Amino acid sequence: MTVAGVRFANPVIAASGTYGFGEDYNELYPINILGGISCKGLTLEPREGNTPPRIAETPAGMLNSVGLQNPGVDTFIEKHLPFMQKKGGVVIANFAGATIEDYVQTAEKLEQTDVSMLELNISCPNVKEGGAAWGVTAESAAKVTKAVRAVTKKPLMVKLTPNVSDITEIAKAVESEGADCVSLINTLLGMRIDIKTRRPILRNNVGGLSGAAVFPVAVRMVWQVANAVKIDVVGMGGIMNAEDAIEMMLAGAKAIQIGTVIISDPYAPLKIIGGIEHYMNVNDVKNLSEVIGKVEKWQ
Amino acid sequence: MYKCGAYPVIEKTAISAGIYSYEILCPDMAELAKPGQFVHIKIDGFTLRRPVSICEIDHKNGALRIVFEIRGQGTAKLTALNVGDNIDMIAPLGKGFTLPSEIHPNKRVVLVGGGIGVPPLLAIAKVMKESSTAILGFRSYDRIILAGDFKRADSHVITCTDDGSVGFRGAVTTPLAQELAKGDVVQVYACGPEPMLKAVIEECRRNSVACEVSLEERMGCGVGACVVCACKTESGVRRVCKDGPVFDGNEVIL
Repeated sequence: MTVAGVRFANPVIAASGTYGFGEDYNELYPINILGGISCKGLTLEPREGNTPPRIAETPAGMLNSVGLQNPGVDTFIEKHLPFMQKKGGVVIANFAGATIEDYVQTAEKLEQTDVSMLELNISCPNVKEGGAAWGVTAESAAKVTKAVRAVTKKPLMVKLTPNVSDITEIAKAVESEGADCVSLINTLLGMRIDIKTRRPILRNNVGGLSGAAVFPVAVRMVWQVANAVKIDVVGMGGIMNAEDAIEMMLAGAKAIQIGTVIISDPYAPLKIIGGIEHYMNVNDVKNLSEVIGKVEKWQ
Repeated sequence: MYKCGAYPVIEKTAISAGIYSYEILCPDMAELAKPGQFVHIKIDGFTLRRPVSICEIDHKNGALRIVFEIRGQGTAKLTALNVGDNIDMIAPLGKGFTLPSEIHPNKRVVLVGGGIGVPPLLAIAKVMKESSTAILGFRSYDRIILAGDFKRADSHVITCTDDGSVGFRGAVTTPLAQELAKGDVVQVYACGPEPMLKAVIEECRRNSVACEVSLEERMGCGVGACVVCACKTESGVRRVCKDGPVFDGNEVIL
């Protein structure tokens, strides 16, 4: 199957931020089992991230506020990309920035590499510089997409935030400026408070909600976006098993990304890939195109 | 290198109020495990795994022992597991303690543990035996755990309680200073609350004795990928789960 013209061995991609650069999980199984890996969100300069605690349990999910801790795009290219290219499936470089110039300069550096696809992150909720500000209005999303599009010929995926009133407007805006596909949803902004200390559990006070709890929201948004744009849609948000993956595809996702489930179960990618194959066998599905976007809505 | 899977509990003991000990039969994990490493446990109904330090490594029987305290709903649920039930875990994880290359009675190591920070030190005592002195601090006599296990491992045990109900009254740093003054201590290992770790690092620095501390932080994946558990060191931000949980006392910034 292909997404934005890039061929994937299977539709399961590790979501940015949950799989690092693949090195840590390659100790457990060959990471090329996955269709692809979206690397930890990169910035122009290295970032130390937010002060811990950066994670909290929630009903059927978790909050995180890592704050884009990453070694910077140069170190990624030098130290981590060679490993991903040698050991992994499709390499997707996720990147974020504070300013248009940050985005453009990072994209220019990635353009010089053999990365297969860029994922423009305009949706990290945890830092001011994480791009979420760019992702909340159609105008700013269009502006940053246009600027990055101008410096890269690589397939460009734009990762959208659900923390907006109408996500289809943002999707249409980035499509009109040359995005080859969109991925959604990033985390939903959330908060938890310790009732004994009366302090937020996260040192950052707020963080991004992910996991099973967000799945129905993600399905709804993927469905809306898939019906609003012509470009490919990559669905993510709370996919915990192969059934969820199929549901996300029925909503319109051509491929899926998984994240939080890997934190719970490192073997989740294998289980989901195997489960999708099993579903295809049992239901006599020859090609996933028979599933993608095939939900029949009630009139 | 680490493994992931479900392994049977072969022994379960409630060793103190709200503190449980499990022995788990996991030969492939036990073979790889080193003192100071941890297991990352999946609990039914919870998204996040719970990291628990390895308390004992039984190479002969291929088992690991963990000792943990009920902290919240997740750890409370973990206590529902009984002998014969499977425990889903990833292990052994992290960088453990650096043990001396030679064990010599005139080159002693001191283990400093506070409360639920005591368990990972037992694995060192099992190796270092009479070359180790364990200074174990607790709130009061009824909170003491594992002191007998350290004695059975031939470690010299000094018990401290905040209220003086057993042993030395007060902080672990006073007996630590006395031990370090003897001049034959080559290494200190510590695990416990942050203020205790700070005081231990300071005492070791004053005496120019090497010190390693084991840290605790809320974790995500446990294997180094999600970079949720961060700590500051002299050489930048490090991952507690992968670059630690054991850090050089002179490196870590608490």
